[in-house]
Amino acid sequence: MIGRLWAIAFNTFREAVRDRVLYNLILFALLIVGASVLFGQISLDINRIVLINLGLTAISLFGIIIAIFIGIGLVSKEIEKKTLYTVLAARPVRRWEFIAGKFLGLVMTLMVNAGLMSVGFFAAVLYVSHGLGRADWPLVTAIYFILLQFVLITALALLFSTFSTPIFSSIFAFAIFALGTFAEDLRGFAQMAHGVTRWAMTFASYLVPNFAALNVISQVAHDTPVEPRLVLLNTAYVVVYATAVLTAAVWIFGRRNLK
Amino acid sequence: MAAIEILGLEKSYTTGFFRNKLKTGLKPLTLTVEEGEVFGCLGPNGAGKTTTLKLLLGLVFPTAGTARILGRPIDDIEMKRWIGFLPEQPYFYDHLTPLELLDYYARLSGVDARERKAKVARALARVGMGEHGRTQLRKFSKGMLQRVGIAQAIVHDPRLVLLDEPMSGLDPVGRREVRDLVQELHDEGKTIFFSTHILGDAETLCDRVAVLNKGELRGVGIVDDLVREVKGDVEVVWTGAQAVGPIEALGARTKITGDVLRVVLPEAKLDQALDALRQNGARLTSVTPVRATLEDYFLSKIDDAKDGASADGAHATEVRA
Amino acid sequence: MMKRDLIVHTAFAVVVSLLLGASALLLRQVDRVRADEPLQEVLYIPSPKVVERLSLGYKGLLADIYWTRLVQYFGSKHRAKSRQYLILEPLLEMTTTLDPKLLPAYDFGSVFLAQKPPEGAGNPAAAARIVEKGIRENPGAWRLYFQLGFIYWLELKDPAKAADAFERGSHVAGAHPWMRVMAAALAAHAGETETATYMWTNILNSTEDKDLRANAIKRLLCLRVDREVTILQERVDMYAQHHGRAPAGWQDLVADGLLRRVPLDPDARPYQLQDGRVHVQDMEPFPFITRGLPPGKELGDLPGEKGFKVVPQATLTP
Repeated sequence: MIGRLWAIAFNTFREAVRDRVLYNLILFALLIVGASVLFGQISLDINRIVLINLGLTAISLFGIIIAIFIGIGLVSKEIEKKTLYTVLAARPVRRWEFIAGKFLGLVMTLMVNAGLMSVGFFAAVLYVSHGLGRADWPLVTAIYFILLQFVLITALALLFSTFSTPIFSSIFAFAIFALGTFAEDLRGFAQMAHGVTRWAMTFASYLVPNFAALNVISQVAHDTPVEPRLVLLNTAYVVVYATAVLTAAVWIFGRRNLK
Repeated sequence: MAAIEILGLEKSYTTGFFRNKLKTGLKPLTLTVEEGEVFGCLGPNGAGKTTTLKLLLGLVFPTAGTARILGRPIDDIEMKRWIGFLPEQPYFYDHLTPLELLDYYARLSGVDARERKAKVARALARVGMGEHGRTQLRKFSKGMLQRVGIAQAIVHDPRLVLLDEPMSGLDPVGRREVRDLVQELHDEGKTIFFSTHILGDAETLCDRVAVLNKGELRGVGIVDDLVREVKGDVEVVWTGAQAVGPIEALGARTKITGDVLRVVLPEAKLDQALDALRQNGARLTSVTPVRATLEDYFLSKIDDAKDGASADGAHATEVRA
Repeated sequence: MMKRDLIVHTAFAVVVSLLLGASALLLRQVDRVRADEPLQEVLYIPSPKVVERLSLGYKGLLADIYWTRLVQYFGSKHRAKSRQYLILEPLLEMTTTLDPKLLPAYDFGSVFLAQKPPEGAGNPAAAARIVEKGIRENPGAWRLYFQLGFIYWLELKDPAKAADAFERGSHVAGAHPWMRVMAAALAAHAGETETATYMWTNILNSTEDKDLRANAIKRLLCLRVDREVTILQERVDMYAQHHGRAPAGWQDLVADGLLRRVPLDPDARPYQLQDGRVHVQDMEPFPFITRGLPPGKELGDLPGEKGFKVVPQATLTP
């Protein structure tokens, strides 16, 4: 089982890595990181803040874009191109193994991407601040939270991919990402409502993935450390939420007729 | 033990915007394929051949009925180690090379790491793709992809191989090679179940065939037996033009080559024809039975369908092509 | 077959629901941690115009989101009895730039902004500016003039401008009739307690809102205290002038015939007399008094912790 999961994950990774689009996106993100160094120099005294804000935002957004565009095709493209037939039909591969393998493969891809972009980012930080020290730890936390964002969005894109076409999946995924960045405001809205509306809105606002708490970019740009408790809670939240989403994906995909 | 046992397997789909239309994919089907057999599943496009395969392989779920493969239920994961499958018009991960692709599939099928390399190489060589092992699949022609497809179906040395339209997309040489390969696999004792709408392939390869049309089984059996079911024709050759009138009165058209006259008649009318020749003083040269082909059987089964003549006409043309 | 399906579906449904439930619980914890963080004081984009551009035209929605955020920000700060509302003004500026027609933002926002800490941000000048902006955008909303008049009168202590605001507002169609009276009263008796009494009595009589009525009553009681303290102080001063020394207690004044008995405040507690100065015993029930404050709480000091609820005057039903 582990062998099969790994094989599927690795194949997914290999497919993504051999796609030229991926490199273009990474290159673009690194360009933005580089540009932010220049941008910081022309604004007064905040080059480090600009670099951190822009650099981490680029890593996060491009990662999200990559996650969505690869994620939405993970299952639907295999169904459409019928490559799935040769995997699921006559190989001892369970459907949940396929989903889990695909998920791991894409998460692996995103980790490597983020790793590459982070190297560029830290090089830029090094250049701007003439050294890295203890004060830069919050940056690592911010990048860790970005990785957690990737895990969430990958799981969601994969879920949509099991029942929808790539176009609709990408719309869903972007919409839910946008909603998720306003998750805290949604919960605020819910508290202001009354009666049944309040009940329904609270329910919906807790269902939406919470991307807000995973974005600490502006906080670390001002050198404010992130509370260790938040790191722990966010990790637990992402693990639980992603597991729920993947379980739903397996649920749907397991019953699906692959015509 | 039977390689495939199908018991009342049935599939209907709901279609339409509100999922309110019921469409039959396969009417209850009962069929047994013995181990070591080459079994052909015949039928025009849309007859239910691919649906049958997908049901057997767990890609779609049956509305009713069950099936067993190699003695195990179809949702048994372990059983799948021992089967290979070539989908119709296979697509593969085109960023991979055949070597990588087959290695991936062999891994999934649980082939031991030590044997994997040798098995992959052997499977590629068997389909004549040994030299193209390191070219990305995106650069392959349709025929080459079909060969890779066959290679992936046999890479893990399965006991049962299911092939959906294995000859499609191949040139005459390729078809010949695939026929030889199927024969080889048969000689190795493997069971082969394939679907096709090309009758010549089925006739030369299959021990037994099943004919499907519109999701329904129309006939199953040994090719020779099936053909015999179709009443054959006879060719009558004679000299003496005076007999042409009475013979043509039986509903046949005479061909004339110099003095020699010939006509093809249903066997049942042979006696009447011989009487006519005798009465008109013609000289009989020969009477030869014309052997019925699988195509004749096939067409007779397809025509049995009581539905729209035009649709059947379309199917028939396709079958002849 | 069907039964097995049912079991599988139920199992999946239960597992997914449990996981989502657990994630919601974790989310509550996350929110709790996040609420304590200073992050809230960080305004991501300080320029309302930039936010307007970035909204890609979806200004209304964004304004609603900013407004919600503002209310939450104010609410959490207020609960924490904070004296600093750093980003209240920019948030309000942002909200009203994104949606200049969002009347509640002007109504409530200006109150939040104008009142003294810890009731509000203590920035009446900014509040007046934002309400003026609201009036420019919504010249037909008489409540904004009303709000502006209050800010000038109560917070900025500028009766002339307050009178002007009431005057302008009284010309708007549908304006409350006594806005004109207010304007006249303010112009005539700038800042006098009679004007205030008149105004609060009007409010008390014209609204059904419980909070608003309670507030008006409290205001009126405070005004009564102001009036009584003024009179008492006059008597005490008279005594001092006559005797060359401050009275030792109310009994001295009663003995002199200046008072009939020991005076009681509206809460039925005796007024205090100390070194010739009159003050209330406890200002807890009279948070708005301007005269007779207890020692140490004299005007100029900010009122300490007191539990008076912020009541936006603008919810007045005409």
